[in-house]
Amino acid sequence: MSAPNSSYDPVEVTPLHPDEVARMRDEALSAIEAAGDLDELKEVRLAHASDRSPLALANREIGALPPAAKADAGKRVGGARRDVGQALKARQAVLENERDERVLVEERVDVTLPWDRTPRGARHPLTTVAERMTDVFVGMGFEVAEGPEVEAEWFNFDALNFEPDHPARTMQDTFFVESGEGGDSGMVMRTHTSPVQVRALLERELPVYVVAPGKTFRTDELDATHTPVFHQLEGLVVDRGITLAHLRGAIDAFVGAVFGEGLRTRFRASYFPFTEPSAEVDMECFVCRGASVGDPDAPCRTCSSEGWIEIGGCGVVNPRVLRAAGVDPEQYSGWAFGLGIERTLMFAHGVRDMRDMVEGDIRFSSAFGSEI
Amino acid sequence: MRVPMTWLREYVDLPADVTARDLASRLTLAGLEVETVDALGADLQGPLVLGRVLEIEELTEFKKPIRFCRVDVGAANGTGEPQEIVCGARNFSEGDLIVAVLPGAELPGGFKIGARKTYGRMSAGMICSATELGLWEDHTGIVVLPEGFGEPGQDAIGLLGLREDVLDIAVTPDRGYALSMRGVARDAATLYGVDLHDPAGIAVAEPTGEGHPARIEDPALADRLVLRGATGFDPEAPTPLWMKRRLHQSGVRPVSLAVDVTNYVMLELGQPLHAWDRDRLQGTVTVRAAEAGEKLETLDHVQRSLDTDDIVIADDAGAQAVAGVMGGLDTEIGLSSTAVLVEAAHFDQMHIARASRRHQLSSEASRRFERGVDSAVQAAAATRAVELLAELGGASVESAWTHVTHPAADRTITMRASHPGSVAGVEYPEGTAEKHLRAIGCTVERDGEVLTVTPPTWRPDLTDPNDLAEEVIRFEGYENIPAVRLSGPGRGLTDSQRLRRVFGRMLADTGHTEVLSYPFVGERDLEGLQLGADDPRRDSVRLANPLNDEEPLLRTTLLPGLFKTLARNVSRGLNDVALFETGLVYLPSHNGNAPILTVDRGPTAEEIERVDAALPHQPRRVGVVLAGRAERDGWWGQGREATWADAIQAARDVARVAGVGLEVEAAEHTPWHPGRCAALYVRVGGERVLAGHAGELHPRAIQAFGLPARTAAAEVDLDVVESARAEVRAPEISTYPVATQDVALVVDAGVPVGALSDALAEGAGDLLESVRLFDVYTGEQVGEGRKSVAFALRFRAPDRTLTAEEAGAARDAAVAVAAERTGASLRG
Repeated sequence: MSAPNSSYDPVEVTPLHPDEVARMRDEALSAIEAAGDLDELKEVRLAHASDRSPLALANREIGALPPAAKADAGKRVGGARRDVGQALKARQAVLENERDERVLVEERVDVTLPWDRTPRGARHPLTTVAERMTDVFVGMGFEVAEGPEVEAEWFNFDALNFEPDHPARTMQDTFFVESGEGGDSGMVMRTHTSPVQVRALLERELPVYVVAPGKTFRTDELDATHTPVFHQLEGLVVDRGITLAHLRGAIDAFVGAVFGEGLRTRFRASYFPFTEPSAEVDMECFVCRGASVGDPDAPCRTCSSEGWIEIGGCGVVNPRVLRAAGVDPEQYSGWAFGLGIERTLMFAHGVRDMRDMVEGDIRFSSAFGSEI
Repeated sequence: MRVPMTWLREYVDLPADVTARDLASRLTLAGLEVETVDALGADLQGPLVLGRVLEIEELTEFKKPIRFCRVDVGAANGTGEPQEIVCGARNFSEGDLIVAVLPGAELPGGFKIGARKTYGRMSAGMICSATELGLWEDHTGIVVLPEGFGEPGQDAIGLLGLREDVLDIAVTPDRGYALSMRGVARDAATLYGVDLHDPAGIAVAEPTGEGHPARIEDPALADRLVLRGATGFDPEAPTPLWMKRRLHQSGVRPVSLAVDVTNYVMLELGQPLHAWDRDRLQGTVTVRAAEAGEKLETLDHVQRSLDTDDIVIADDAGAQAVAGVMGGLDTEIGLSSTAVLVEAAHFDQMHIARASRRHQLSSEASRRFERGVDSAVQAAAATRAVELLAELGGASVESAWTHVTHPAADRTITMRASHPGSVAGVEYPEGTAEKHLRAIGCTVERDGEVLTVTPPTWRPDLTDPNDLAEEVIRFEGYENIPAVRLSGPGRGLTDSQRLRRVFGRMLADTGHTEVLSYPFVGERDLEGLQLGADDPRRDSVRLANPLNDEEPLLRTTLLPGLFKTLARNVSRGLNDVALFETGLVYLPSHNGNAPILTVDRGPTAEEIERVDAALPHQPRRVGVVLAGRAERDGWWGQGREATWADAIQAARDVARVAGVGLEVEAAEHTPWHPGRCAALYVRVGGERVLAGHAGELHPRAIQAFGLPARTAAAEVDLDVVESARAEVRAPEISTYPVATQDVALVVDAGVPVGALSDALAEGAGDLLESVRLFDVYTGEQVGEGRKSVAFALRFRAPDRTLTAEEAGAARDAAVAVAAERTGASLRG
């Protein structure tokens, strides 16, 4: 760069002459205009807007001018460079648009082509329905309790007030475990999830609010409506001042969450050794809502035109059960329920044959995906 | 319990407009679940009338004898002329009163009647049998009605009671009283608030002297025995139509008058009765325990070996009946018995329940005794029976009779009057509890807030305040219990519960479909797995009563169930199958039998420990099995088969979602291919713990289970994986640039890549961010028995940009350790 020279005549510096600046600018502008594609424009940018372009070189000369002349020359050259820059940017935008319209159209693909290279899997709908049922109660402040599937008879029967020879005990169609050393093993495959009630009461601090989803076993042959291995969701609340009205509230919340709001429920007096009083729980048929009752022209397959669907059993925890679990029945009361998970799936999703849930045909589970 | 409505109405003043369906729904809500209401004869359509046989012409030209009858049907046929009917039955004579169905009628089962030509004659209708009318099963001929039953032309539907609504009630085990008309009537009367006429309320005159000698050896077996005699009984006297019809409608087969009467009274009062042929009984009737080795042939012609826990009714010759279960053949009332001894006893519930189970004999009697029979109804029941024998069979009732009793003390229950309300969560009006408890037969005394309740003799199920609360609540209506929301103090799912959900989601998202197979396996499955003779997986829990004798064991591995499910899918044309199952396996603990603890108090920690120690160890596993394509062919190109590597990767993914590293090592473990099996380890507190195996299956296992060639599988213990979890600390993220270095190492072909990768990682030091294998090459360039393995190493420092020298030095250090451990050399 030249040093400032006060006697230097700016007019004598050819590159900074107004005509010369205008010529360089016009030359650049017409080159920009002539650029036919982005590659050509790139070359034009190198020739007319880079550090080595005529205008850039002229700009360098400004430093050598006397102070009085600098401003004028700077304005002139700067204006020309700005014009060139703007023209470049404008031309760039035009050319990019042209390219996009042409190239991106050429790159069009068929987006409807499948990309199912890896097959999809699925969880079993009984698993997801059980989780969904569980979560309704978790949302109400219940925790999830667990117990073994091969269970001690004491937990499965005795502690639940099934007396040794009472018909209720034989009605359960129990799988008994053979003893390895003679006599009765004292073990069974649990016939219901209710032994978890006793375990929960023994393991946890009061009050207890738990649900226990799990496998249960009875000696029924597999057919359209029976399976020797099935699933239940047990519920148990033991606290002070607990009543059947709270039980009804919890059941209603469950039915509302899983089958739809506004469905009526009803309790029917029944019998279970571990609850007293006991009740069966029916919910209004969510398909016909009772309209099929007594109307032979519009039978309902879901409820067999009964208007009600049985979804489980429940009742007030028998004080004998509390006592066997070390809870003082004078201080605490509670209730328990057992809901069928297969039944819930069958009703909620129209499964017609129990065998579909058992056989493991991938087409069955795939229809449900990973979440219900 | 089947309950004909007209019979029930004899005991309850139900309003006339109450239909069977109305009553059924009320009873159901109150705990007597009416499963069906059978409208018998609902599809029956007349004209169905009484007729008198005027003339019988025998037609002999056919293969079987046929009768052409002229029958007086009064004006029922519109002409008053005799009706001409062809009939194949022969059990009637001219002058008999019969039931004729005329053209235009319809019999049960949609059987339409018309005039038609048959056996060469026009037959205008049919003479009916009991079966055709739906009265009872009888294939011996037509119904001949007793003289005086009615007049020809009268409508038979009403006279014979052919239309009847019958409630079929599924009685729960606690409500033994409802196995009688009397018990159902009482609940119905209470529900509708109407009067009950108790059929047990008949007058029973005191005995005028000792009846047949009898004794109860042990009051623990029975606390009441009544014997009433009737002599001069006509064993050929027919059972009246009304009784046979009611028995049939109640599901009991009519047999003979003496037997029918005992069954009828049992249905009426709930008390099982036994009618003895008195002439065949020898000496004293004794209720006692069976003697060791004692035998008895019961009515069903089965020779039974008695157990010393069985109660028997014996005479001097030995046991004659299994008490409360079934009578013996020798003393059965027969077609020539004229002296009848009716026995009504109250046996111990539990003894009968055990005997019924032991002999696998569930009879109408045992069902009632094991659920509880009224302990005071025996005299009325026996009296009712002998009176019916007198009325219908011409017998004389003996006024001297036997009554042995060891009455138990009354049971009383005390309860706060407000207790039912506080169980229900409803404030019942003052006096509600007393009202309902009295209606079901309790005696109630009130002292302030406290009720002292004596349940009636027919309600042995009422023992606790909550039993009484149930009675009050069911008559107040379960349907009237309000719904009140409550919420608990729960803190959501545990870490373990959340993790288990994630395992399943991950496997589903990576292409596996969940199955839930049965846990039952057999010897054949264990053989199929190629397990050695002393393989620990042969040590299984055995069921005493398996559904299938071929599968008496519980699984010790998830694999057999998965294999069978895979084979089932393949057999259905689904060739690309990846399955998974999570579930328990059952590993015997060999700690003896589980004790049965007391229920009077909570168990001690030591007691629970003893129970739990006996239970099998039940770890949770996940199993995976894959066959067919893991990636499909398509427009993108070729797919690929699932291999051993997919199985191992599934196991790695299971550990990964738990945040646990899996150490993979070659292993030989059936049922896997010995050269393509990995043992999988996790670190639990520095200790290496086996978590499972994965790889390709052994060809013999594949053959045994009928699986596609090269099927791969994995099984991982989720409890072990979970135990290896550690708390995650947030990493420090360096924003300095990465320095990448690739190395290709040549090693012996037998060196596991895993070992090489571990050595590089260890040698590279703290600057190493990741090491990833990107190529394995074998071929001429590296020489026979050698392979070249290429890794990409990424280095980064937390505090500066690494220089090329630093990255190079770290790489060299990595290679040095690999060289030292595995003999690796840098390639070319």
